[in-house]
Amino acid sequence: MNHLGLILVREYLNKIRNKSFIIMTFMSPLLMVGVISLVTYLSSLNNDNERHIKILDESGYFGHLFEDQDQITFELLQAMDLDQAKGITQAAQDYGLLYIPKVNEISDLSREIYFFSEDSPSLGVMTQIERIVQRQANALAINQAGMDAQAIRNLYFEVRPQLETFKGQETSKLGSGLKLIFGGAAGYLLFMFIIIYGNMIMRSVIEEKTSRIIEVIISSVKPAELLLGKIFGTTLAGITQFAIWVILVGVLGTVMSQVLGVEVPTGTDVAVQQSAALAQSNELPAQILTEIFQLPMTNLVVMFFLFFIGGYLLYASLYAAIGAAVDSETDTQQFMIPIIMPLIIAVYVGVFTVIEDPHGTVSQVFSFIPLTSPVVMLMRIPFGVPLWEQIVSVVLLFTTFIITVWFAAKIYRVGILMYGKKPSYKELLKWLKY
Amino acid sequence: MLEAHSISKSFGSFKALQEVSLVVPKQSVFGLLGPNGAGKTTLIRIINQITMPDSGHVLLDGVPLKPDHIRFIGYLPEERGLYKSMKVGEQAIYLAQLKGLSKSDAKAQIKYWFDRLEIGHWWDKKVQELSKGMAQKIQFVVTVLHRPKLLIFDEPFSGFDPINAQLIREEIMNLRDQGATVIFSTHRMESVEEMCDHIALMNKSKKILDGNLLDIKRAYQSKIFRVGIKSEDKALAWQTLEDSFGATPMVFKSIHDEVQCHVQLPDQMTPNDLFMQLSQLGQINHFVQEVPTANDIFIQSIHQNEASL
Repeated sequence: MNHLGLILVREYLNKIRNKSFIIMTFMSPLLMVGVISLVTYLSSLNNDNERHIKILDESGYFGHLFEDQDQITFELLQAMDLDQAKGITQAAQDYGLLYIPKVNEISDLSREIYFFSEDSPSLGVMTQIERIVQRQANALAINQAGMDAQAIRNLYFEVRPQLETFKGQETSKLGSGLKLIFGGAAGYLLFMFIIIYGNMIMRSVIEEKTSRIIEVIISSVKPAELLLGKIFGTTLAGITQFAIWVILVGVLGTVMSQVLGVEVPTGTDVAVQQSAALAQSNELPAQILTEIFQLPMTNLVVMFFLFFIGGYLLYASLYAAIGAAVDSETDTQQFMIPIIMPLIIAVYVGVFTVIEDPHGTVSQVFSFIPLTSPVVMLMRIPFGVPLWEQIVSVVLLFTTFIITVWFAAKIYRVGILMYGKKPSYKELLKWLKY
Repeated sequence: MLEAHSISKSFGSFKALQEVSLVVPKQSVFGLLGPNGAGKTTLIRIINQITMPDSGHVLLDGVPLKPDHIRFIGYLPEERGLYKSMKVGEQAIYLAQLKGLSKSDAKAQIKYWFDRLEIGHWWDKKVQELSKGMAQKIQFVVTVLHRPKLLIFDEPFSGFDPINAQLIREEIMNLRDQGATVIFSTHRMESVEEMCDHIALMNKSKKILDGNLLDIKRAYQSKIFRVGIKSEDKALAWQTLEDSFGATPMVFKSIHDEVQCHVQLPDQMTPNDLFMQLSQLGQINHFVQEVPTANDIFIQSIHQNEASL
């Protein structure tokens, strides 16, 4: 076996045998499902509360319109004044009292209707009440003006343009929404993966330094081999963990929803796809690729894997570079912001610019910059991006990854000679020249 | 075996090595000596290809160093450690594999060494469960596992108790006898005295002295003898010694009650002549030529070097 393989296997085994890793792997899904079930359960409990609302309708136009619903019951109060009604409602500890006074002009109602309650009433309840009152008040006003409210209502109709591209493909607003959701989900998943496992890679790169085995290792293997081995080994461990999470959340979620009768939302389908894909090799003959690309869905899936893997590896190598530059984890803080920033920018550009204008200059530029392309390009692709743009972006991404690893290896080798000194950016640049 | 030709290396403006050349003969034990900061570790790192020299080159068996050579070199750095959460046996196999051994070879070698040092029962222990001295033993084993023909030890005895230090010393000499060449850098002069055939002395990034240890000692030897004579009449003996030989008094540990002094060998005399003459004064218990220890040479030449700068 060559060095890279050896290092990879050691890193992998070392990670998955680690006690805290095992605990995290099995506890996280439990916690997640537990918390979600608890929240769902609690909110369903909360909704069981029946709300009684008393109505004092002096105008006589509205009272009969309120019908009891699942969780709200209405009761009309007759022949009393407002103070009495208030007293009764409070004494009965009801949810609230709706007061509709007698008015001369219908339009006066806009300010004269009151809802009395103990605390601020729930938004949902108020919306329902408002809708009923509004509808009736409008109808009354129209009738009073001498028109037939029902006839006018019947004249309303909706206008919805049918969407179609010039190629003749029918699209829909729903489709656009789905595209955004897909792009967003892909970006979010990448974001999560980078944050969880990037740190793990960084720590594993520092491991040789804290255990002081570094000179023994570095006199046996090249730093680039070591770093690559660590990146891939940790990533495989991450995929293992992720797969277990997906399976466990799926199983537990099903069990919980059976037991509690509560729906637990899971991202199982998407996640399963991902973990399967990461394990796959991405070296397909170019011819097959171009053929596949004629189908937009395939294009999306293939590009999703390429950008996901490429983006992940690039950020992983940046984390490795930080690990290479410092002696201990406490020194890593100053380098974290420059790593997280591009990710955040990518998400912002994705959410604000790509939605507005998928093929505008800003979107286009950011979909080529390697640090942002995985998120931005993935969000653009569903809207149709020329193949050459996609290929250039992927090539740029992977090239940057390789350059970063080389760069990190260089820093690593020089860093050995600088025990116990916190490097500044200026020094890092100087090291490259050694 | 190993030749270094005018190696220079600087870090920024700091010169770590200046034009250092060395020849390490095959199957020798070569001591690389020098005060802290002399550049020993940098030189060792260059030999191990951890850093590259700015100029100069290193030959191993007449061939310029190349990455493939690492499997012929065993390196025990001064800064040492092992993966703490890894089991001893697995770790040793891993490190041996990195040096190019197959898994089965590695296992066989490890078994041999663990049995030899009687540490076989540590196989399934994690390194963090071992004491520092125990970890050092493992570290020594992984250094020699792949049967390197060049062994490089940086301060090999630090962290060992006297018994284990002796054990390791014997193992090193043993490996030398089996054909390995050994370079070690140390401050501990008694181990130099005991083990090294050749030494190189470095100070302030330059080599100031090198060669066969005995040759160097010969060059530094003086014609002074340490003499202890048991005499009936101490005062008379002392008087004679002072008048005839220009003896200077000195004190050394002895189980005898005697006159103790340094005597300079007169130019025209052989040591035998001197011995004969002295023996007339009484019973000679001590008659030893003062040969400088490696420590004396070390201190003396460093001082000379500093003075000449």
